Amino acid sequence: MKYFRFWLIGFLILLIGCSQQSNRAKGVYMLLDTSGTYAVELKKARLIINYLLGTLQPGDTMAVGRIDTGSFSEKDIVAKVTFDARPSVANNQKRAFQNKVSTFVTGVRQSSYTDISGGLYQAIEYLNESGSGNKYILIFSDLQEELAKGYVRDVPLELSGFHIIALNVTKLRADNQDPKKYLARVEQWRGKAEKGGGTWRVINDLERLDNILAKG
Amino acid sequence: MTTAGFLPTITASPFLSTFIWIILILAAMYLARKPFHRCMASFSLIIRNSMRLFATSVKLAEKRLNDRNRDVLLSAGRQHAERCVEREFERISSAVQRDLEGYPQVQRKLNENLVKLDEDHHNSVEIPQTLPDWAKVIKAIASVRPSNDPVVGNMLKSIHQTLSEQHMKALEQHRIDASKRHAILNRMLPLLRSMKKTLVSLNKSLSNLNFRAKRIDRYMDNYEEIREQTDTAMGTLSSSSLTQFFISGAVLLIALGGAIINFNLIALPMSEMVGGGSYIGPYKTSDIAGLVIICLEICTGIFLMESLRITRLFPIIGSMDDRMRMMLFWIAFSLLAILAGVESSLAFMRDRIAGDMEALRQSLAGVSPSSVAGSVIPTVGQMVMGFILPFILTFVAIPLESFVASSRTILGLIAAWMLRSLAFALRLIGLLGYYTGRLTINLYDLVIFPALWLEGVVAQSLFRTQTKDNTADKEKTTGSGTMPAVDPLVENKEMG
Repeated sequence: MKYFRFWLIGFLILLIGCSQQSNRAKGVYMLLDTSGTYAVELKKARLIINYLLGTLQPGDTMAVGRIDTGSFSEKDIVAKVTFDARPSVANNQKRAFQNKVSTFVTGVRQSSYTDISGGLYQAIEYLNESGSGNKYILIFSDLQEELAKGYVRDVPLELSGFHIIALNVTKLRADNQDPKKYLARVEQWRGKAEKGGGTWRVINDLERLDNILAKG
Repeated sequence: MTTAGFLPTITASPFLSTFIWIILILAAMYLARKPFHRCMASFSLIIRNSMRLFATSVKLAEKRLNDRNRDVLLSAGRQHAERCVEREFERISSAVQRDLEGYPQVQRKLNENLVKLDEDHHNSVEIPQTLPDWAKVIKAIASVRPSNDPVVGNMLKSIHQTLSEQHMKALEQHRIDASKRHAILNRMLPLLRSMKKTLVSLNKSLSNLNFRAKRIDRYMDNYEEIREQTDTAMGTLSSSSLTQFFISGAVLLIALGGAIINFNLIALPMSEMVGGGSYIGPYKTSDIAGLVIICLEICTGIFLMESLRITRLFPIIGSMDDRMRMMLFWIAFSLLAILAGVESSLAFMRDRIAGDMEALRQSLAGVSPSSVAGSVIPTVGQMVMGFILPFILTFVAIPLESFVASSRTILGLIAAWMLRSLAFALRLIGLLGYYTGRLTINLYDLVIFPALWLEGVVAQSLFRTQTKDNTADKEKTTGSGTMPAVDPLVENKEMG
């Protein structure tokens, strides 16, 4: 009887150890740039969000945040959800999420400044709280950061375990004149991401979203 | 400075140095010849003997395995024959119970019928009275000559009238009697038919029993052959086992396909029950739950078959008393029916979830949902499949039993073949090692042949200086100046 108890406890520990509910769940936070030069691109972002909604599984987390003058705020989270374990409930949550995003995109107001770093801080905080195993931050922006006066964003990014993916990084007029500026901008963000311990990828061709949530 | 790349030079001339080195090496090899021969012979003998020992051990293991295979095969054959005989006896028992249980009644009925028939026959034997023997009287009266005497005429008329009346009465009585006789005979007909039917049925039952008895005789002959371990029985059993292995393997593969389809039917809806986000190891919990349900269905099916004594994977179930066994059967059947119902519901749920997912995908893609998706046929089809597949999987128990039984023999045969091959390879290695040793010895002698030749020449000249009496003996010993052949086998024998 004593040995049986030990065996039972061992079996339960093994079972609990094998069960990895949170570690496999994905957490996706998508930052949408609403600055004046980029707001017109938001319709493309809807397609990406729809694609992600079709890809994510029950138990995964998704949030869409806005990049505006001051993005480090809960108010900038447009929609957020952790999908229920039951597929039927998760489907309803996806529909509701889609509606929220559609409403936001149609009625978005252009911001004067672009606080990408603030949005990243917010995304990191949200995804860390969600406890997802695989964390992705998608930045739908031209990566041109413009901070309003008085906003300080010199806190280093803690991106260990995060995958940062820049989407649709459009070239500005100045980039066309001097491509080095574009490359330097992308490199600057790559440096920030990798210095923080995360991985960095750029996907400009939105037809190639198949492996958007692939690791690395 | 070196000679030939690695030897130190002895003289200024490299050629001379090389020559001296060759001489020295040959001399050293000549001096080391016997120890080298012994060493090489010992080494080759070690290889050969150790390999032979190893091979003998493997052969012994193979023999034991063959004996075990034979025992397994005979045991399986014996069990099969016993089961066949047992089944036939059961069938005979049920046939006797069914057909001959009412034999006393049949016999009584036959006796009653026979008594009735006998009575009827006795009654029908009474021949109806013939008409009175009045013909002669009438003839005599008729021969009376007619006269004009009215008395005679009246008398004759009266006689004629009386006779006619009597004749009519007699004829009527004869008809009644004949009719009664016919009625008796008519009553005998159904009795005879009934008797014929009973006797035919009895004959059929007895023929059936006879047929089964002959079949039992045949089974018993087979059983005797197996018990006596004849080669014919072994050959038949071996061939039968191989056939069973492949057939049951093929059926199991088909059943595996059915199980996979079944799994796909219930894996998705299981995520609705146990959640779609949890994992056990690298696998989804819902997938494992689906797999467990299918395994449970197969297990229940196996118990069902066991309780019906169709298979004998668990002898304890077969040896239960009939009441317990039937109770187990009903429990297993109920569980299977419940699981089939659950699976049917899951199939229905799967259809709903799949439809919902498809609608969501279309909505996300900005496509209007198609109207074809509203058909009920796929839903009903999936539900029917979900209900039927568990019952079909029940029958997996039969090929599984055959597969397990035959795989013991097949695995044994494969293992025996592998051991035989290993023994052969070991013997081959041993012989190769032995002859490689002999080859090395001969090559060694070939390398130092100048020294051996010189040895021969020196020996010959020495022997020539010996006394004439010893010359012949010496010449015999040294030969005629040729190089003595070295027989490694002789040395090997010496070693031995």
